[in-house]
Amino acid sequence: MLATLPAGGIRGTGALIRFENVGLRYGVGPEILRDLNFDIAPKSFQFLTGPSGAGKTTLIRLFSLSLKPSRGLITVFGKDSAILDKHDLPMLRRRIGVVYQDFRLLDHMTTFENVALPLRVQGKDEGEYRADVVELLRWVGLGDRMHALPPVLSGGEKQRAAIARALISRPEILLADEPTGNVDPPLARRLMRLFVELNRLGTSVIIATHDISLMNQFNARRLVLEAGRLTVYD
Amino acid sequence: MTDAERSHRLQLAAYRRQSRLALRRTSPLVPENTIAGNALTIVIAIMSFLACLTLGAVTLVRDASRDWQVDLLREITIQVRPIEGIDTAAEAAKAAAIAAEFRGVASVSVLDDEENVRLLEPWLGSELDLSELPVPRLIVVRLSNPAIINLDELSRRLQADIRGANLDDHRLWTRRLQTMANVTVVVGASILSLVFIATILSVVFATRGAMSSNRDVVSVLHFVGADDGFIAREFQRHFLLLGLKGGLLGALAAAVLFALLSFAIGPSMTSAAETDQVAALFGRFAIGPIGYFGALGIAFLIAVMTAVTSRLTVYRYLAEQD
Repeated sequence: MLATLPAGGIRGTGALIRFENVGLRYGVGPEILRDLNFDIAPKSFQFLTGPSGAGKTTLIRLFSLSLKPSRGLITVFGKDSAILDKHDLPMLRRRIGVVYQDFRLLDHMTTFENVALPLRVQGKDEGEYRADVVELLRWVGLGDRMHALPPVLSGGEKQRAAIARALISRPEILLADEPTGNVDPPLARRLMRLFVELNRLGTSVIIATHDISLMNQFNARRLVLEAGRLTVYD
Repeated sequence: MTDAERSHRLQLAAYRRQSRLALRRTSPLVPENTIAGNALTIVIAIMSFLACLTLGAVTLVRDASRDWQVDLLREITIQVRPIEGIDTAAEAAKAAAIAAEFRGVASVSVLDDEENVRLLEPWLGSELDLSELPVPRLIVVRLSNPAIINLDELSRRLQADIRGANLDDHRLWTRRLQTMANVTVVVGASILSLVFIATILSVVFATRGAMSSNRDVVSVLHFVGADDGFIAREFQRHFLLLGLKGGLLGALAAAVLFALLSFAIGPSMTSAAETDQVAALFGRFAIGPIGYFGALGIAFLIAVMTAVTSRLTVYRYLAEQD
């Protein structure tokens, strides 16, 4: 039986992220993303899918405020991303956890330190977060690798460390770009259970993937990107 | 103890062990001992060494020129030329008496035959008989205060009362030496400025090079929610320490070189008779406290410059990101 996960709310009512007629082009090139209109509701769960090169990673960069649209309006936590004050950006980014496809772990820091990084930049002392980080690392199966440096971790271990880092500050939105791409099926299912659990606790989850079998295991909303256009299947 | 309790205790011990491990020194956010970082330290050390050497050379010339001026101003010479039918020795004694009357004169001494022979020995040899030569008498007047002595009045009185007397107050020499010393100091200061500019540019470019290898760190800190001030502070601290390390290494090397040169060259310059003139020109090879403190100042200045450059580079990079 498929797990049914909460879809987006009614359009326009308290959305965490809202896209209205959004288009994106680099320089004077053609539009990569066109006329995007959708909401990410609080406590919702959705997959973002589409063929390779359809613009999933670019869309994730728009979600995470790393890019600004060429046209249209993106509202994140009620604020227009185009006119966001520079000083507001870090506070908004702390409310969004991102798992990048290439992990982006800092090689000179241990797994523990990488996972604790979002809390460290918030000015918290190690004593305050140590137990939480250790617990989360255990949960993702890295309890015995917490003092290892990323270069000696396997692809799957790096993936889990990147996920743990995105989750540690309990973000309101979690964006994950191919989070199960480097792990075996049992671990992929475990990580998915983690995302579902997180969603139950109130986090909106967006998972970019082109793994159809993974998506078929969940009855969740799908945002399908094709040739720069997005179709939403609630 | 039940199995469950034992298992719980074992888990607790393992957790505590891991917690202790986690309490080890937290890694700095900016990686240490990278190739780019080490290269920057070496560049900073070399530039700091060169800047300190130039500063040392400038202070050496400045101190020497000040010594020349002080020495020359504190001594004047009266020359009494031998004239047919005049007792030169008696005239010299009269001239010495006139000079001694003036305010600002500390002592007056008429050089005797033996001292004259010693003065002329390098040119005329040791078997010299002064009675056969029309050698002038020299009177050395040492001044206690060059500012208050009226040299014009002394010259006028000597001209009026002593036949064949001539006052040499070294003013011409002093002026020439002063001009030469000032030119040397200006040239030295210009070279020091150029070395400073070269140091600043090298440090700026080397810091930017080292920064570019840390772009990933900036990017990651950025997306986990660090604000610009936090990132800039982390980089500034890292590069301040790096600059301080390089700057102090260069300054230390320069200070050791100064000390070695003062030890090796200083005494030999003043002990050997043939190098007396060189010593008179260049003084003792000894860098004063200004040289050593200046070297320390240069090290700190370079460290601050490195830190500020890294801070500005981070802000520029973050502005590009946003």
